Amino acid sequence: MTGEWQRRRRVRQRLDRIFAAVFLLAIALSLLTLVVLLWDVVRDGARWLRWEFLTSYPSRIPERAGILVPLVGSLWVIGLTALIALPLGVAAAVYLEFYAGDSWLSRLIEANIANLAGVPSIVYGLLGLAIFVRGLHLGRSVLAAALTMTLLVLPVIIVATREALRSVPVSLIHGAYALGATRWQVIRTVVLPTAAGSIMTGVILAISRALGETAPMITIGAWAFITFLPRHPLDGFSVLPIQIFNWAARPQPAFQQLAAAGIVVLLAVLLSLNAVAIWLRNKYQKKAEW
Amino acid sequence: MANAVAEGRDLRVSPRWRDAQKRRERWIARLLLLAGLVSVLTTVGIVLTLTVDTVQFFQQVSLWEFLTDDKWTPLFTPKHFGILPLLNGTFLVAVGSALVAVPLGLGSAIYLSEYASDRVRRVVKPLLEILAGIPTVVYGYFALTYITPLLRRYIENLEVFNALSACIAVGVMIIPTVSSLSEDAMVAVPRSLREAAYALGATRLEVALKVVVPAAFSGIVAAIILAVSRAVGESMIVALAAGSTPKLTLNPLESIQTMTGFIVQVSQGDVGYGTVEYYSIYAVGMALFLVTLAMNLFARWVVRRYQEGVRA
Amino acid sequence: MGNAFEIRNLNVYYGQHQVLYDVNMNIRERAVTAIIGPSGCGKSTLLRCLNRMHDLQPGVRVTGEVRFKGRNIYDDDVDPMEIRYRIGMVFQKPNPFPKSIFENVAFGPRINGYRGNLNELVERCLRQAALWDEVKDRLHASALSLSGGQQQRLCLARALAVEPEVILMDEPASALDPISTAKLEDLILELKSRYTIVLVTHNMQQAGRVADETAFFLNGRLIEMGPTREMFANPREKKTEEYLTGRFG
Repeated sequence: MTGEWQRRRRVRQRLDRIFAAVFLLAIALSLLTLVVLLWDVVRDGARWLRWEFLTSYPSRIPERAGILVPLVGSLWVIGLTALIALPLGVAAAVYLEFYAGDSWLSRLIEANIANLAGVPSIVYGLLGLAIFVRGLHLGRSVLAAALTMTLLVLPVIIVATREALRSVPVSLIHGAYALGATRWQVIRTVVLPTAAGSIMTGVILAISRALGETAPMITIGAWAFITFLPRHPLDGFSVLPIQIFNWAARPQPAFQQLAAAGIVVLLAVLLSLNAVAIWLRNKYQKKAEW
Repeated sequence: MANAVAEGRDLRVSPRWRDAQKRRERWIARLLLLAGLVSVLTTVGIVLTLTVDTVQFFQQVSLWEFLTDDKWTPLFTPKHFGILPLLNGTFLVAVGSALVAVPLGLGSAIYLSEYASDRVRRVVKPLLEILAGIPTVVYGYFALTYITPLLRRYIENLEVFNALSACIAVGVMIIPTVSSLSEDAMVAVPRSLREAAYALGATRLEVALKVVVPAAFSGIVAAIILAVSRAVGESMIVALAAGSTPKLTLNPLESIQTMTGFIVQVSQGDVGYGTVEYYSIYAVGMALFLVTLAMNLFARWVVRRYQEGVRA
Repeated sequence: MGNAFEIRNLNVYYGQHQVLYDVNMNIRERAVTAIIGPSGCGKSTLLRCLNRMHDLQPGVRVTGEVRFKGRNIYDDDVDPMEIRYRIGMVFQKPNPFPKSIFENVAFGPRINGYRGNLNELVERCLRQAALWDEVKDRLHASALSLSGGQQQRLCLARALAVEPEVILMDEPASALDPISTAKLEDLILELKSRYTIVLVTHNMQQAGRVADETAFFLNGRLIEMGPTREMFANPREKKTEEYLTGRFG
């Protein structure tokens, strides 16, 4: 009896160790895929990663093709998106945290935000095509793209901003009220400056999502082949992911390698945005501890 | 006497200033409310645009054909408008990617929640999150130029465009959705439950599989539904790797097309505004919206029911 | 001297839970009134009724009257901003804003549309709070670089800068060391010639040192109130005596 029990205990312990390895393998496999993906992209694109690639206009000849136009286009779109989405998202978050209370209206808005976060990005593209490109006659412009992206990232910004607002110590808020400040004065002079660091972090992370979005851009009709830089929000444009998609979809290996080089550029921009966000977060945390 | 004190001070606020301030406060509150309403307007906008153009579509194509025809060929003649092949493609990708993401994501979640030390967790979690942050077009490229050639070395009859590669890439993309949401649910399981099982001599595996996973079950289910709903809405991987031949098949080695893949395909070309092809992307978009909305609502319902269960 | 506050039949509820029962008391003008009692007796709640800070907490209900200079501050047409502007508050833990020392003091005047000379006002308030000499060379340094005791005096200066008629203090010394506490108590004694001061404290000795009048609360009820010296020497109520002699609390 005791022997049987000990045998079973040994089996159970061996099973425990085996499964620990299996679970670890799941993580290892996931991360391995990430490594292989990055390695594959860099290897494929290495040949084209030269300075001229960044400064050249598109071309039908792979050797002359560059990524300047979509790179500038992407920066235009995310810059304009940030400009529109930041005030809108922060205002909505402030409303929900400080004004709405527990009314049916605030519950309606919150349910909407939760649902919008789950809507596929391509549906935003259909919305942008119908409302901004056609309805408001903005055409296939930087502005139409930025407005579409604004709607796409707004739920993310609102959720992140609300979290940042909630981290402002209540004692500071009460301190300001006790001096006779109105609600808006408390928000403008105490809450927003205190939360600014983490709000910016959240906004940058949300914007970097917009940078990689491809489907809505295709839907609203960003151009794959465009030979001028946008100078105006109503100019036509291309963006990095669209250029990558366009190159990747061609059968010639040279263009697929261009796509890989484009991906490296896209990931580099993404990485820099994330680095800024992390730097802001650390800076803010240090200040808060102090 | 009392008022003399007050009047002696040089800092009295004039009533006019107070009134102006109050007016300003009211205006600011209205502006903020307006910003909050943008989200409601977005939902209304989505539903309205999808509905309006879908209605246009159904003036040219019967609902009966849309739901029962087994061919989807809006870009060729003879035109057929049966959504079943697209639904089939989407279904295939959803199931296939879940087969990749659920074991890997759940395994990762169990390891992180039950086995890993704090330090490992702090390093590994953000690394896993990177998988969700990589743009989908990058996965699409990876599926087309790496996964497919690799698989074709071992599977002879694999087509250049196939559902299998797309499933793998989409699956990897949604691993973090599965793992981080299920880990949240597992971490929320009370320590006391775990300790009770350990006190009975259970191993970590037994605690994980017999105590933690059952207790976090609805959270895990919700995580999987949300992840699959992301797979359903994913566009670029399937557009690049899965092909553009909508068909009724469950064979992942063939070329297929999903709902999102079709919208991308049509959007790339020069489809004239007002044509039936143009309206068809809205009809398909409506179907896609309804499917993902249903999945998201279901996931939230599962979570809410679970939370009520805990409170009771 | 007149009364700054006349509190009549004041009841306060947190949701279903009643925390103050039928409080009736007067608070004298330009004197220090201490509110003492064991923790949870409702003394902080009472203090927050005096400048309508409870408006900021959902689920708190106040009935009865708090008359400030004869006017019930809970009347519908009273602006709580105006009340808080005329009645300053110093909190239990120092809560300087993460801004410079100067900006902390200038905060109240700025938001209330002050048009005079801010530099003079800031200096005057910092002097009144006995902080000027310690910070005059670094007015634009962060307020968070000050020590706890300095921070609390800064918060006092910040409250003084809107020239309130009353200063409410909610256990202002509970987070401070003995030296800082002594400084703060000296300040309170100096300020009472110009301000009405209401001081919540769990420290009876502190009440004895600075308060002209003392009110003793227990379980949400006012047990006894009177001139501090009289009450400490000769409590009328048995409960007061037990508390003062340290039998509970």
